[in-house]
Amino acid sequence: MTRGQMAITFALVAAATVTTRFLPYVLFPEGRKVPAVITYLGKVLGPAVFGLLVVYCLRHVSLAAPPHGIPELIACLVTIGLYVWKRNMILPMAGGTLTYMLLLQLFF
Amino acid sequence: MQALSCSFPLTIPVMTGYVFLGVTYGLLMQSAGFPSWLPTLTAAVIYTGSMEFLMVEILASSFDPVSAMATAFMVGARHLFYGLAMLPKYGNTGWKKFYLIYTTSDETFAVNYGADIPEGIEKSWFYFWVSFLDQLYWVGGATLGAFFGRFLTFDTEGLDFVMTAMFIVILLAQWEKDGTRLKGCIRDHIPELIGLGASFMCLLLFGPDRFMIPSMVLILAALLAVRKPLERKKEEEQA
Repeated sequence: MTRGQMAITFALVAAATVTTRFLPYVLFPEGRKVPAVITYLGKVLGPAVFGLLVVYCLRHVSLAAPPHGIPELIACLVTIGLYVWKRNMILPMAGGTLTYMLLLQLFF
Repeated sequence: MQALSCSFPLTIPVMTGYVFLGVTYGLLMQSAGFPSWLPTLTAAVIYTGSMEFLMVEILASSFDPVSAMATAFMVGARHLFYGLAMLPKYGNTGWKKFYLIYTTSDETFAVNYGADIPEGIEKSWFYFWVSFLDQLYWVGGATLGAFFGRFLTFDTEGLDFVMTAMFIVILLAQWEKDGTRLKGCIRDHIPELIGLGASFMCLLLFGPDRFMIPSMVLILAALLAVRKPLERKKEEEQA
């Protein structure tokens, strides 16, 4: 991307993000009824989108070519394991990332 | 000042998280070759951790503004829900309202939504300080990371996994909130499973560079399709 293209992308992403934040206040000023389908989507889109983002992050992992996604699999398991064990947000992120860095730099 | 001293303790857990993620974000941007002022700017203007991490990859790949904007909409869609929940609380906050809405991050929402504001404390100032401190931690962390990235002597290969780990942890936290029982496990977690399943299917069908938009369309359609049965199930359980 050129600098100009980066600036355009940046501006669009910022605009979209700000829009999602202000939209409910603009559409539903105090007192106006919120349609049930909007409330429903607000609730279920979050969990679904984070599923999408996990897949997005791992989209370039190839099972066919070495190292067959093994470092990613181990790091994901460490992240999940630490979360289930400690019920904490930061520790699994730090532990999973460190595991991945060590695996890539030392073994793969 | 009273509102500040009352809101600060509630933001301490946010501080550890934001500083850690902010520094990592700054480092990542720096190691991807972006100018060192960019992390500070994105942190302050976009101020949505997940979208900013995604920006590192989006800016490094080929120009695709439509896809980038669609992603921002989907990632930000949960703010719609925060907005609906905060509507009555952020009412009558005067000039601060604009800033409060602009800075509703996941964590700020969680603190402000759940807070019991002591009597005698002006609520608009309480919300303001929570929002301001949280933003300060995030922007400060990103700036630190970008600044110290230049002096870094260790190998940062693999650091980008922090984004994967962050989304996994958020997904797990969401999973937990939707119930942890084993029986009926699939029915409790239909949104999560739709998200994972639909995007995996689209990844296989469309390949890694083109699967985001089809995935979003499929996720939206699937969520709307299961709305009736899901809501009926909830009613049955409550009855």
